Amino acid sequence: MALLEVSQLRVWLPTQRGPVEAVRGLDFSLQRGETLGLVGESGCGKSISAMALMGLLPENAEVSGSIRFDGEELVGKSDGAWCQLRGNRIAMVFQEPMTALNPLHSICEQVGEPLRLHRGMGRAAARARSIALLERVGIADAARRADAYPHQFSGGQRQRITIAMALACEPDLLIADEPTTALDVSIQRQILELIDELVRERSMALLLISHDLGVIAQQAARMLVMYGGSVVESGPTAGLFARMAHPYTRGLFGARPRLGMAPGQRLETIEGSVPELADLPAGCAFSDRCAWAQPPCVGNRPAPILVGAGHTASCLRLDAVLGANRP
Amino acid sequence: MGLFLLKRLLTLIATLAGASVVVFLVLEILPGDAAQTMMGPDASPEAVRALANRLGLDRPALERYWHWVSGMAHGELGDSYAYSSPVLELVAQRLALTVPLALMAMLLTAVLALSAGIYAAARHNRLGDVGMMALTQVGIAIPNFWFAILLILFFSVQLQWFSAGGFAGWDEGLLPGLRALLLPALSLAVVQAAILARITRSAVLEVMREDYVRTARAKGLSQRAALWRHVLRNAMIPVVTVMGLQSAELLAGTIVVENVFYLPGLGRLIFQSISNRDLIVVRNCVMLLATMVVVLNFIVDLLYAVIDPRVKASDI
Amino acid sequence: MRSAAGLRAAPAIGQAPVPWLRRAFSHRSFAIGAVLTSLLLSCALLSLVWTPWSPYEIDMGAKLQPPSSSHWLGTDPFGRDIVSLLLVGARNSITVGIIAVGIGLVAGTALGLVAAARRGWVEELIMRLSDFTFAFPAILSAIMLTAVFGAGIVNSIIAIGVFNIPTFARITRASANALWAREFVLAARACGNGPWRISLDHVLPNLQSALTVQVTIRFAVAILAEAALSYLGLGTQPPQPSWGRMLAEAQTLLYQAPLLAVFPGLAIAMAVLGLNLLGDGLRDLGDPRLARKR
Repeated sequence: MALLEVSQLRVWLPTQRGPVEAVRGLDFSLQRGETLGLVGESGCGKSISAMALMGLLPENAEVSGSIRFDGEELVGKSDGAWCQLRGNRIAMVFQEPMTALNPLHSICEQVGEPLRLHRGMGRAAARARSIALLERVGIADAARRADAYPHQFSGGQRQRITIAMALACEPDLLIADEPTTALDVSIQRQILELIDELVRERSMALLLISHDLGVIAQQAARMLVMYGGSVVESGPTAGLFARMAHPYTRGLFGARPRLGMAPGQRLETIEGSVPELADLPAGCAFSDRCAWAQPPCVGNRPAPILVGAGHTASCLRLDAVLGANRP
Repeated sequence: MGLFLLKRLLTLIATLAGASVVVFLVLEILPGDAAQTMMGPDASPEAVRALANRLGLDRPALERYWHWVSGMAHGELGDSYAYSSPVLELVAQRLALTVPLALMAMLLTAVLALSAGIYAAARHNRLGDVGMMALTQVGIAIPNFWFAILLILFFSVQLQWFSAGGFAGWDEGLLPGLRALLLPALSLAVVQAAILARITRSAVLEVMREDYVRTARAKGLSQRAALWRHVLRNAMIPVVTVMGLQSAELLAGTIVVENVFYLPGLGRLIFQSISNRDLIVVRNCVMLLATMVVVLNFIVDLLYAVIDPRVKASDI
Repeated sequence: MRSAAGLRAAPAIGQAPVPWLRRAFSHRSFAIGAVLTSLLLSCALLSLVWTPWSPYEIDMGAKLQPPSSSHWLGTDPFGRDIVSLLLVGARNSITVGIIAVGIGLVAGTALGLVAAARRGWVEELIMRLSDFTFAFPAILSAIMLTAVFGAGIVNSIIAIGVFNIPTFARITRASANALWAREFVLAARACGNGPWRISLDHVLPNLQSALTVQVTIRFAVAILAEAALSYLGLGTQPPQPSWGRMLAEAQTLLYQAPLLAVFPGLAIAMAVLGLNLLGDGLRDLGDPRLARKR
């Protein structure tokens, strides 16, 4: 049985222009110990999906569909039941380390908080365990610095601290929402490697969200590509990169600046820009920017079509796309 | 921490010095003769001259100022003209009422404002929030002396639970004394609480939007636990600031409220002395009020250092 | 889910001002504030031409009467009609408000503009002086000034007005400083305009909205301050009616005529509430980021 099974997850958010469907039928499953990558631009619904998996959507959001965690249905659970899972069996690391920590509490208190909450540990026990965790994530001199405050640490160190916080109770599933986007490039590598090690050590399932294809390529065994609230392509990372089926995925890949490009060579772009959620086309969400779009695309939402082993893409024009040259 | 304290202490002394200069200037550099003002227009010229002599009004301003300030340091405040007794004694008696009154009022303000503000923030945009905001708008508009009169009307005249004014002193016991101060403290507290409740509400709402509150929820804390453990302490920073600023308003309010309830406190003394033109008393009492305000704000500064660890570091 | 009803975008240039009014009145605070403030103004204006009875006429035969068809809210200990007293009291409060706020507005804004235009020691001096006055609660200073210089409406207006000056100076200086750094002011300077011209032609017009809001707030404060001073006997003197003094008189008669203490206070509260709400509404409407119904 998969650790996490999501089927037909839909999320509606209220906006000034009325309720808008931010996530449109998300389907995927995640096994224990597996790393799944989720790629997409800002506004594609990946962060909302992550918040839905944590039960942290705003109160006036509406959710339908199913999220089964270890066999248990999560959609419709009370907040009290969610609180028992969060930080305990499902944990999350966020994008902005500079503001993720409470400036008035010491780091030891903050790392120890889930331990005291979920494991009922006393002060001393939680402190000892927190120091051990801080050491494991690479905070030098952890025992002495445990009582320091967040403003005394750099961005990279703060992210390590939030990782320690997330792992304190040995969760089964870790969701990392753009964990390195706000960090310096030199630090990004270190943090990703750290997450990789920890995930392997503890056989955790990892949902790694990023807009950076390179990050996903390195860490994730399988990946999903999201656009306009739905998954447009999914499959094993290697297979997907070898044979990209969906026009959007091709566009994303083609838009990367690469070493060895000739000077004066123009970067490829995807025409147009990501529309607001309320303005997405009725049929295929990508149809208004797609070079291959034809009338049927505008009217109908494409269903996933098998393209290779475990590799699906949602596009009506796959034959034409796959026949064209690799980007 | 030591350096922080020292800097704050120096600022305190400087502010007090400045305040004393201003008080002195306002009251001494008056149109016409100070002694004449004190005795009234009907006094004989000889009496006026005698008083002027006694008060040293013929000596240069700088010397009078220095005499006053050095006197204050020794507890030598001169004598009240109207009461014919040393100002120090007079003031001490009155403080025994005004200080507990002010403290009670501050406590009530804090309790009312914090509970109202947090409640409104927790029920943001729902009926509880809207209702509370309407209530605070009304609270801000009500004159404190009118509210005092209404309280007397309701609790003393109609229900007869409290007396309509007066204060028998602490000799009767702690409880009866506090009872006499309850309605006055409440009148002072309500308007200030209305203002503070709004500040509390916005502070809490702002902090609730911060990322670290989302982190706390992601760790499994319930809304309530996140509110208590993460939101409140951070929200207290702007709230404590405003409480410090409000202390001046509160102390000034005692002038009016003590008149409503016929309480023999510092506020009433100031008012009566001003009416009696007892300028010596006025000068010292106003200075005392200013000192209390400055000291209160000093305590607020200290509280920052306790609440917020970032303050200690950056102030060196 | 919240409905999408709310305020539309600001009307395009050249369109009629009616859409602005409609938008203004859909804002709850502004609407209620405008109604209450107009009520206050109309009472004051009405009192100039008509009151049910004369507020100065003493009729001991009709003293302390409860509300009736002839005296709608009853009479005071001297037989004077409460409604008439309240109406003339409104005129009194408005007069104090206008002049006191006017003093603060004119002098304070001028000081603030000078501070922002000159910078340097002039600015420091003006700001330090206004800071010191903040340390002294306004009511205390007003009491001191009126007691020393004499009680009465003129002196209370001056006392209250003087304490509006630092408030307006502060607001003006802060906003003006921000405006001096803007491109259109730099352009004006490049054209050779002197600081006076710039302050009057470019800076001042842009301060309109902030100043308007402040005016309503200080108006409310002035009404409260005048009421407090009159209550203490230091403000408007008899026989001129004043809401504050009516409360002082009523306090001695709480057992006999409790209603006497209710109406004047209610009048003060409603006037202040109306002005505060109006000010809040104007502030929200002037802020483009808050284009949402509250």
